[in-house]
Amino acid sequence: MKRRDFLKGVACGGLLLAADVPSALAQPFARQQKAMPPEAVGILYDATLCIGCKACVAACKEHNSMPPDFSTTDQLWDNAIDLSGKTLNIIKLYTHGAGAAKDREDGFSFVKRQCMHCIDPSCVSACPVSALTKDPKSGIVSYNKGACLGCRYCQVACPYNIPKFEWDAPFPQIRKCQLCSHRIKEGGYAACCEFCPTGASLFGTTKDLLEEARYRLTLKPGEEYGFPVGRIGSRETSHRTVEAVYQPRIYGEKEGGGTQVLMLAGVPFDKLGMPKLSETSDAARSEGLQHMIYRGMIAPIALLGGLLYAVHRSTKNNDDR
Amino acid sequence: MGEFRPLGGKIVTRPFLVLAAVALFAGVLLVKRFVYGIGAVSNMSDGYPWGIWITYDVVVGTAFACGGYALAMLVYVLNKKTYYPLIRSAILASMFGYTLAGVSIFFDVGRYWQAYNLILPWYSQLSSVMFEVALCVTTYIMVLWIEFAPSFLERWNKERMLKVLRKVLFLFIAVGVLLPTMHQSSLGLLVYIAGQKVSPLWQTGFLPLLFLITSITMGYAIVVFESILSSVGFRRPLETGLLAKLSAIIPKLLALYLVIRFGDLIGRGELGLVFRGDMKSIMFIVENLLYLIPTVILFSPANRERPRMLFIGAVLMLLAGAVYRFNTFLVGFDPGPGWHYFPSFSETMITVGLIAVEIMGYLLFVKTLPVLPSLKHA
Ligand code: SF4
Ligand code: SF4
Ligand code: SF4
Repeated sequence: MKRRDFLKGVACGGLLLAADVPSALAQPFARQQKAMPPEAVGILYDATLCIGCKACVAACKEHNSMPPDFSTTDQLWDNAIDLSGKTLNIIKLYTHGAGAAKDREDGFSFVKRQCMHCIDPSCVSACPVSALTKDPKSGIVSYNKGACLGCRYCQVACPYNIPKFEWDAPFPQIRKCQLCSHRIKEGGYAACCEFCPTGASLFGTTKDLLEEARYRLTLKPGEEYGFPVGRIGSRETSHRTVEAVYQPRIYGEKEGGGTQVLMLAGVPFDKLGMPKLSETSDAARSEGLQHMIYRGMIAPIALLGGLLYAVHRSTKNNDDR
Repeated sequence: MGEFRPLGGKIVTRPFLVLAAVALFAGVLLVKRFVYGIGAVSNMSDGYPWGIWITYDVVVGTAFACGGYALAMLVYVLNKKTYYPLIRSAILASMFGYTLAGVSIFFDVGRYWQAYNLILPWYSQLSSVMFEVALCVTTYIMVLWIEFAPSFLERWNKERMLKVLRKVLFLFIAVGVLLPTMHQSSLGLLVYIAGQKVSPLWQTGFLPLLFLITSITMGYAIVVFESILSSVGFRRPLETGLLAKLSAIIPKLLALYLVIRFGDLIGRGELGLVFRGDMKSIMFIVENLLYLIPTVILFSPANRERPRMLFIGAVLMLLAGAVYRFNTFLVGFDPGPGWHYFPSFSETMITVGLIAVEIMGYLLFVKTLPVLPSLKHA
């Protein structure tokens, strides 16, 4: 094979590649990141208030009609050990060493796991059939089983491993927290927040929650504060002395482009199993690269044009083909 | 006409029966999957939602099935008529490879009865890489059957239809080059959205380009591999001269690939990960040695004339591409502590059964249809 032929060979796939290489080189090739929806709602989970009672886990099951998930052989009570096709919300425990002091890295801490309702969600970007959608107003990410293929690309894509699949069902679906949108429709709010006795899970607009979280970061141990219980704006508050020292960060404010579910804790978030994410969402990055290659379908159409010409030429004066 | 001949001979041979038994066993396991759910046969989990069905059957399988694509580029785009005798068996293998990848998707997805949602405009999600891959692959399967149709028509002496088909075939051949270019690169793009869950050894914006180049090298390699294998298996003369010429393209593409692969790693400052000594780094080294060795072997023109070297080079290259894809989708994929995946016996047997069906189909078709070149031309 001659050198010229090789070059021709390379040039052949070349149109696509030409569109592809600079896009991979150029750093900011991500598409514009999605912005927070105007009436975004969410949850602020403050681990330092959480007493690990799991009232939220029970309430979530009840109000979302989810079955119990057994992890002991006697199968007597719901005791899921992780999120699954049966469990949308879970309280986990971090311990270190003797684990004596609460909310300290050398002690212990609770952590609540559920869908983060990302501002620019990977799952929505990944789903081929719009089974996962983000409400343009409330920003709630919900699931439509009537559309879903069960391809599980959402599971691969989600940085928090949230969507769960019903592995043992012949007609399975994807399961994940939908922020109790069915209750919100009827004027209610997230069950996990409503039934949380301490206000550790707090419902509200993401804007208010961010404000609340920022204020809490200014609190010093020993100070008194009336923590709202249930939802922001409710009359119920829990007056208590601040004991823990907060990590100086609101998890979810920036992570992966931001989330509508936010977190405060005394223990570093990576210790609590929360992934370290860059401020650019993976959805923006991936769609950016994809759009770069396929922008206006120009590269594929040009390539097809070239191919049609070449193939036609090489097949016409030929009895054989 | 006359350039290709059915091979003839007995169809139900002993190897054929063994393959049939394997396929039957896989069929029984598939019944279990449809009655009790995917978890009943597979080790996939919420941490590893994709196992070997996606990684092997679809991602590796369709790359192994790129022979038709790679040869069509040479024969029809670059007008290299010398390779024409190889084209039909290459298209046939591609047709089976892609068709079975399509079949495997039906038992891999959970809600297969809603698969048609993909083409309902109100559900289609154009920004989804999966959407593009699924649509491209489905279309390409149909294109491959049309590209192969002349073999059927010749066999059944449908002269009129053959004439009509030949007039429009160039359209399908052109689309048949476009589609793999699109979806083979997009297969790499699939994991891009998984972000930090994929090790920096594999996670890069160059994934589409790297997947595209290696799908082409795997395409050429599979043509060499199949040609030598069927020459030996069916006791036909080797097409060494042709294969040697064909193999000259490969090392250049591979060298280009390696330059991009390592340039990218160095550019991102992640080269250090190669020397960690953990599973990921070992698999990375294995993968790249598998690329490097055939590159070196096939750069030598003398080696390219030796069937044994050609064969070894082709096998290594196919392995390299397969390991690269397994690494990107499974070894390099880390959803966090506590998750493990290794395919179960049943899961593996279903994939093996699929491969058995593929080989049976290939044997049946080359024996009964004009696929392999007539001997006087070989
Ligand atoms: S946490 Fe996961 S499932 Fe929830 S919105 Fe974000 S990407 Fe989707
Ligand atoms: S499993 Fe369903 S919801 Fe998830 S990406 Fe696939 S089609 Fe969408
Ligand atoms: S918002 Fe509703 S569904 Fe989500 S975790 Fe709380 S109770 Fe469960």
